[in-house]
Amino acid sequence: MDINDLRSITTVLLFAAFIAIVAWAYSGKRKQAFDEAASLAVGDDDEVPRGGKGRSIDY
Amino acid sequence: MREVKTIMQSQATYNYKVVRQFAVMTVIWGIVGMLVGVIIAAQLVWPELSFAEWLSYGRLRPLHTNAVIFAFGGCALFATSYYSVQRTNHTSLFLPGLASFTFWGWQVVIVLAAISLPLGITSGKEYAELEWPIDLLITVVWVSYAIVFFGTIGIRKTKHIYVSNWFFGSMIIAVALLHLVNSAAMPVDLFKSYSAYSGVQDAMIQWWYGHNAVGFFLTAGFLGMMYYFVPKQANRPVYSYRLSVVHFWALIFTYMWAGPHHLHYTALPDWTSSIGMIFSLILLAPSWGGMINGIMTLSGAWHKLRDDPILKFMITSLSFYGMSTFEGPMMSIKTVNALSHYTDWTVGHVHSGALGWVAMISIGSIYYLLPRLFGKAEMYSTRLINVHFWLATLGTVLYIAALWISGVMQGLMWRATNADGTLTYSFVESVKASYPFWTIRVVGGVLFLVGMLLMAYNMFKTIAAGRAVDDAKVLEPAHAH
Repeated sequence: MDINDLRSITTVLLFAAFIAIVAWAYSGKRKQAFDEAASLAVGDDDEVPRGGKGRSIDY
Repeated sequence: MREVKTIMQSQATYNYKVVRQFAVMTVIWGIVGMLVGVIIAAQLVWPELSFAEWLSYGRLRPLHTNAVIFAFGGCALFATSYYSVQRTNHTSLFLPGLASFTFWGWQVVIVLAAISLPLGITSGKEYAELEWPIDLLITVVWVSYAIVFFGTIGIRKTKHIYVSNWFFGSMIIAVALLHLVNSAAMPVDLFKSYSAYSGVQDAMIQWWYGHNAVGFFLTAGFLGMMYYFVPKQANRPVYSYRLSVVHFWALIFTYMWAGPHHLHYTALPDWTSSIGMIFSLILLAPSWGGMINGIMTLSGAWHKLRDDPILKFMITSLSFYGMSTFEGPMMSIKTVNALSHYTDWTVGHVHSGALGWVAMISIGSIYYLLPRLFGKAEMYSTRLINVHFWLATLGTVLYIAALWISGVMQGLMWRATNADGTLTYSFVESVKASYPFWTIRVVGGVLFLVGMLLMAYNMFKTIAAGRAVDDAKVLEPAHAH
């Protein structure tokens, strides 16, 4: 086996890994976990309420 | 209800100071870098503007690219990643002292670049011109950035690591790898070193670096920004979280191999060049995955675009991202590249990505951040943001349209031959024909720069009316309730 066989095997393995990632991401079991993850950004309130200068912020 | 919520909050506060420092410097360095860009664009039209050797085109051009990519873009990446990594992981920054060091260290790198490049001190590698002592400092700052960023993820209070952190994290790891490999050099003295590689290997490593600087610094990093700030500004969750996972890995697997398209028809072996072309073509899919995901986040709420200029910046940036990631693969095709390479088309393509995508998503994100960092509900003037948006859009369109025309024209003139095989045009004839388009480019650049000046005015007015927020309490993650 020369180095090029190793290179081919690596490529095939990486491609298989990618297919596995796609299958994993689109499996129904992941839906709830992904919805939770998606809410990490939008669910977090970082607004500053309207008010004047120096007003203490009630987060 | 409110009492319950208050009890559940810890006393820790988010580290906004370092975010604020980087956010303000993003605007300052943006103005400096784009001003240098306008100057060198003007020098092409009026060469007499090149009156001192340290103000000559050859020295200012690397200053422009370094300033806009690493000073403006870099500060924007630090600011947005430090903000979103804290907010999405519900924890303050890991090692705040080291975070502060990354700010001051990065500013020293920028100042050293601004001094050494006009003096002609350069290692001559595109986008990696800085000499070895500065390269060492970059390494120290970047490793510190990695420790702060991944340390913050390490002490997170949430189960999940939000997608924006994956993109920022991949950017930090890949840039460290690229910088270390491509900057390997043998110093002669303090101001001069020679690359550790030679010949075609040196060229290939340089463009492996160069294209992945585009792929990881200017794409993955800014996609991280997009995945946090577009959902926040639109107040809607990302369109498809699954797509974000898949296109993240696709992008990571693919980008590393696209570099050889910078070296078509050179001493590089043909097969290497072909691999580069094929991977560049494949890149269209993960790139458009990101664009579609970002734009579709607005689906069902398109009306928000009508009166929210910050969202306009973000969605327009994604449109330019989609355009330039279609154009890029097309230009990587060897026969197209035979026409486009070494012409203004390349420069136009780069600016469609740099002004349209990178700068606009940064500008939108910084407009989102500034009021929150300075205790205001919104920026001093929303109208000025709208004016800025139109100046930036018009400037970008003028710039890229002008260089498309001049680029294709140059390519056609250079390849034109007479019946007897001699060249139809001399090189200088193509230069002469390019002048009108170079003038339009100056106008486009000036419009973009004026927009940045309005942003600075808007920023300082917001700061003057606000206060430095250092008491934003770290919230418990929502699902902990």
